Amino acid sequence: MGILEVQNVNKSFGGLKALQNVNLNIEEGTIHAIIGPNGAGKSTLLNCFVGKLVPDTGTVMFNGQSLLGIKPHEINQTGVSRVFQTPEIFTDLSVMENVLIPCFAKRDGAFKMNALNRVRNEVDIQEKAEQMLIDVNMIDKRDMIASSMSRGDKRRLEMAMCLAQDPKLLLLDEPTAGMARADTNNTIDLLSEIQDRRHITMAVIEHDMHVVFSLAQKISVLAQGTVIVEDLPENIKGHPKVQEAYLGGAH
Amino acid sequence: MNTFSKADKNTLLFVIIITMLAPFILNPFPEGSAMAQFNAGYPDLMQRFAIFGILAVGFNILFGLTGYLSFGHAAFLGVGSYSAVWMFKLLSMNIIPALILSVIIAGIFALVIGFISLRRSGIYFSILTLAFAQMSFSLAYSVLTPITNGETGLQITLNDPRILDGGTGAGNLPVTGLFGLEMRNTFTLDLGAWAFQFNVGYYICAIFLILAFYLSMRIFRSPFGLMLRAIKTNQTRLNYTGLNSRPYTLAAFVISGMYAGLAGGLMAAMDPLAGAERMQWTASGEIVLMTILGGAGTLLGPVLGAGFIKYFENIFSKINDNVLHTWFSILPDGLENAIVWVLHFFVGKGWHLTLGMLFMLVVIFLPGGLMEGADRIRARFGRNKGKGEDTPNATNPAE
Repeated sequence: MGILEVQNVNKSFGGLKALQNVNLNIEEGTIHAIIGPNGAGKSTLLNCFVGKLVPDTGTVMFNGQSLLGIKPHEINQTGVSRVFQTPEIFTDLSVMENVLIPCFAKRDGAFKMNALNRVRNEVDIQEKAEQMLIDVNMIDKRDMIASSMSRGDKRRLEMAMCLAQDPKLLLLDEPTAGMARADTNNTIDLLSEIQDRRHITMAVIEHDMHVVFSLAQKISVLAQGTVIVEDLPENIKGHPKVQEAYLGGAH
Repeated sequence: MNTFSKADKNTLLFVIIITMLAPFILNPFPEGSAMAQFNAGYPDLMQRFAIFGILAVGFNILFGLTGYLSFGHAAFLGVGSYSAVWMFKLLSMNIIPALILSVIIAGIFALVIGFISLRRSGIYFSILTLAFAQMSFSLAYSVLTPITNGETGLQITLNDPRILDGGTGAGNLPVTGLFGLEMRNTFTLDLGAWAFQFNVGYYICAIFLILAFYLSMRIFRSPFGLMLRAIKTNQTRLNYTGLNSRPYTLAAFVISGMYAGLAGGLMAAMDPLAGAERMQWTASGEIVLMTILGGAGTLLGPVLGAGFIKYFENIFSKINDNVLHTWFSILPDGLENAIVWVLHFFVGKGWHLTLGMLFMLVVIFLPGGLMEGADRIRARFGRNKGKGEDTPNATNPAE
């Protein structure tokens, strides 16, 4: 049984059918890539997982619980974290404070921010946040204001914030978009290391085939709102349907 | 455990010293000297400094941290004043029950107004709060006359029941006090040419200001405060961190409403009458000005801003043409008249013009308010011992 089970999901915007009968099954502990040409419906699908959009029909089950109709913060509380295409971080706060917030939120699974404690007295939370920053190799930037960082750093920070929550499922929307090759490789290493160490299930939307084939244990190809192929990476590369979907434009 | 950082402790100490020594600090010029009118060390004004300081500190918890700009905070001030005066009328001239009721009633008002207004953000939130405040003002002025005494304002009278105090003596209106210690009591210390006034009411206000400041400091440094700052920056990320921002924003709104209620209650405690004009939108605007002038989001800024504006309002407005003439009397007549004619627009009734220009200068050149100015001065004189805020920014690795 998959940790995330998507069945017969349909979503239209006006006359445009963005998703048509999408079925997807993400196995626990794997990295599952969702690829497809621009406008195939990848981000729409992800938005349906996190409560940003509600599908017209169909079901989205996470760990046996339906994610439909509950608010984004409640979905997050069940253990789904998301890294956005453009990093969503607290730009006015320092790097350390950015990571402290999810650490505080996640503490005891309570998702409450206490007004009586003091941030600097919470040694265990501080240590956890520091460890997160060490993991993504950003500890030397802990006092920097987040808005002053490079895009790659912002993305790494966002990843640290999501990982600080110990998610059961991590959704990554183009985690390497706009990155230089070296940064991309770092991100690949980081993600595979996390997966090895913590066995977090990941769903990755990605255009960069290098990233996809370095990471993914399973790949779903989305085209015009439907999953045309779902298979192991080695079977995807030469698949005629995939070639057709990309109009021979990609690898 | 170390509660606050060293810088925070110093700030708190600074506030305590300034407020406790205010009668000296605000009275630098000897009585009878030409500069004596710049002295602000008289009880009435010092009380106002402290009260508006509390108001601005509370407003800053909402605006400075969450970025929600409420344009209706004067409503809570007014509600606090009315509640306090009613307590004086019905129960006792002791200020404690009056202040407690002020805070509670203002809190309830804030809960209701906040619950509705916080459904929107940005300018819509501001407009909603403004609408509520104006509505409260109009109601107090007209329909609710039985409660607010309309245009005349709510006052204490000899016929009030005052259950705890019993009958009033000798046909004099009773005065507010703290278990018999009258608010208006003033001890004057004559020291050479100086006369320093120590007023009970001021010190009560000052102690409340220190408490209010300490509380706001605790909020700033708590996870809750961190979360409020996060609300200002990125609500989407908060939602995807499993946190629902609405209850926290509402809590901040209610807390800042209660601060305003306390300020309103103290106002009534110093002078037991309450009028509807206290709720007018100009009063709300003044609170916003204070906070921005001093520096929104900083701990000390709002207190400074409140002091600045109240000083202008009370001191600059007193300088009339006659005063100007005496200042420039040594100059030739023509020149004297010319200078007085020019300055005439900036002092006396024209003090708004001076304040307006000052405000413009601050917003344009010091977007972080007076606190930013203070920081810059400190940096210039090399006393900035590398707080770890400026230095890392210099090494921006964005290629």
